[in-house]
Amino acid sequence: MSTKTLRAGGLSLRYEPRALFSVLGLVVLALAFAVVLIGSGDFPIAPGDVVATLLGDGTPVQEFAVMELRLPRVLVAVFVGAALGVGGAVFQSISRNPLGSPDVIGFGQGSTVGALVVIVLFQGSAAAAAAGAVVGGLVTATVIYLLAWKRGVHGYRLVLVGIGAAAMLTAVIHYLITKAQLVDATRAVVWMTGSLEGRDWEQFWPLFAVSCVLLPVVLGHGRALRMLEMGDDAAYALGVKVERTRIVLMASAVLLVAVATAAAGPIVFVSLSAPQLARRLTRSPGPNLAASAFLGTALLLVADWTATNAFGERRLPVGVVTGVLGGCYLLWLLVSERKAGRI
Amino acid sequence: MTTAHTNDTIRSQGMNGQQQDGRQQAGQPTQRLSAESVTLAYDQRVIARDLSVAIPDNSFTVIVGPNACGKSTLLRALSRMLKPTEGRVLLDGQAIHSMPAKKVAKTLGLLPQSSVAPDGITVADLVARGRYPHQGLLRQWSAEDERIVQESMASTGVAELADRYVDELSGGQRQRVWIAMALAQQTPLLLLDEPTTFLDIQHQIDVLDLCAELHETQGRTLVAVLHDLNHAARYATHLIACRGGEVVAEGPPGEVVTAELVERVFGLRCQVIEDPETGTPLVVPAGRKARANRVTAGA
Repeated sequence: MSTKTLRAGGLSLRYEPRALFSVLGLVVLALAFAVVLIGSGDFPIAPGDVVATLLGDGTPVQEFAVMELRLPRVLVAVFVGAALGVGGAVFQSISRNPLGSPDVIGFGQGSTVGALVVIVLFQGSAAAAAAGAVVGGLVTATVIYLLAWKRGVHGYRLVLVGIGAAAMLTAVIHYLITKAQLVDATRAVVWMTGSLEGRDWEQFWPLFAVSCVLLPVVLGHGRALRMLEMGDDAAYALGVKVERTRIVLMASAVLLVAVATAAAGPIVFVSLSAPQLARRLTRSPGPNLAASAFLGTALLLVADWTATNAFGERRLPVGVVTGVLGGCYLLWLLVSERKAGRI
Repeated sequence: MTTAHTNDTIRSQGMNGQQQDGRQQAGQPTQRLSAESVTLAYDQRVIARDLSVAIPDNSFTVIVGPNACGKSTLLRALSRMLKPTEGRVLLDGQAIHSMPAKKVAKTLGLLPQSSVAPDGITVADLVARGRYPHQGLLRQWSAEDERIVQESMASTGVAELADRYVDELSGGQRQRVWIAMALAQQTPLLLLDEPTTFLDIQHQIDVLDLCAELHETQGRTLVAVLHDLNHAARYATHLIACRGGEVVAEGPPGEVVTAELVERVFGLRCQVIEDPETGTPLVVPAGRKARANRVTAGA
């Protein structure tokens, strides 16, 4: 067996070396890109100086650029990536389908409708739009859950109902945009692309607070979620409270995704691809929650660096890059699933 | 008439059980698991009404009956997965639906009909999941867990497959792995829902031999739903025959399996002879012509 165990007294922890090293590798990658991201921009700072500034040893100018402008943006990316990665892992595991991720089954579109209603119909502030996004995501998730529920929620039904809901919500989005004043429409489109541009502490704190509560809740249910992957009956026989576990996990995942969307707009494909990439990296069965979280973070930081640096003068919103990366990934996923005879 | 009599006896035993408290039963060799006048229904569709069943301790009980007779439904109720709309299922004198899930899972195991092996899981890892009810967030893998998983794999003959992927195994091997997982749960009671379905005949016998061996050597109480009456008659120590949501007969196969009962339960004319291998009852369906004659005679 590839599994290793740490024991001390009556306590024991089980881990797979490959999964552990994957997670550590992702943490290092994410930290490296975070430092590079903080250092890059109109006022470049060397990586060594970035670290020194973060530790409180920078010049006042560096201090301002790092602590006030760039650190919050990077931290928003870190937590948005983790929330999307974990949210995707939970939903893909519960629906037993890689397409069952929040951005495919309508939650992202729900959040967008919520934000657009605030922007277009009420000309609300950025904070109000964020709140609208959270409410929109939660309402959409509840409706999809109720429509897909029949003695428990199961794979294909959730995905099909979700895709249907996503299509309808997309129609609503287009309707709202055609109805909007030009200024509001521009604002709406920018919001919809998903961007980390101009994010500061104001976006960070609510995201951080929600993540601090819900990430541990989700990770704490990871073992039960593993059992659920064997089917409801098998999990039930092992003493898992099936429907309760599922509701706690889905509610947490929906909230995480909604808050992430409120902070950075609907950044597509991170929650779709992070869990799948994490699984291939760790080669371990099960939802791979921790690896998905760190992979989401690493993906988003790499995508953000690419968006801001790879296209010369033109800084693209990060959602464009994740969209392109994710689109390629989705095609590859469909082709390989087709080869495996699953679709 | 004999079967009708048996039926009455069982009903009255059920009534006695109802009046007794769990503690008072301690001295008698009775049952840790029983259903007391339960009504079982999916949504509004009632499958069985006022059904009482007791599983004798240390028995290999097999539930038989035609399709849609409620045998799997009964097993689901006994395993806590289906909550009776009336009546209750008792485990060690307590209503099973009000017990904590993990506590039940330490006493009563279940091998469901449809389980999904996660992609890319090895035999050892799957069997290890049977330890879930004994583990916690900070007690994930004790030396005891390790030992029990090894033992479970050894006693089901899958130890040499430990590092293989479950998807690569044959149907029979896979079923052995699932049984090993249920064994690793270390429950004195083990329920199996049609463990031989979808298996070739040699693997069916193989799985039933394994069940009989677990029952004999480890003293576990087994309850299985089986499709094949002859398998049931050969392996069971206690047989429960259902039809239309009712228990028609209950007892050792040698006493219960008669031509009359088979006709009542399955609507099939037959002879019951002695199994030349084991001496247990063997059901031989009547020939096509004999049955046709009977129909003409009846009309």
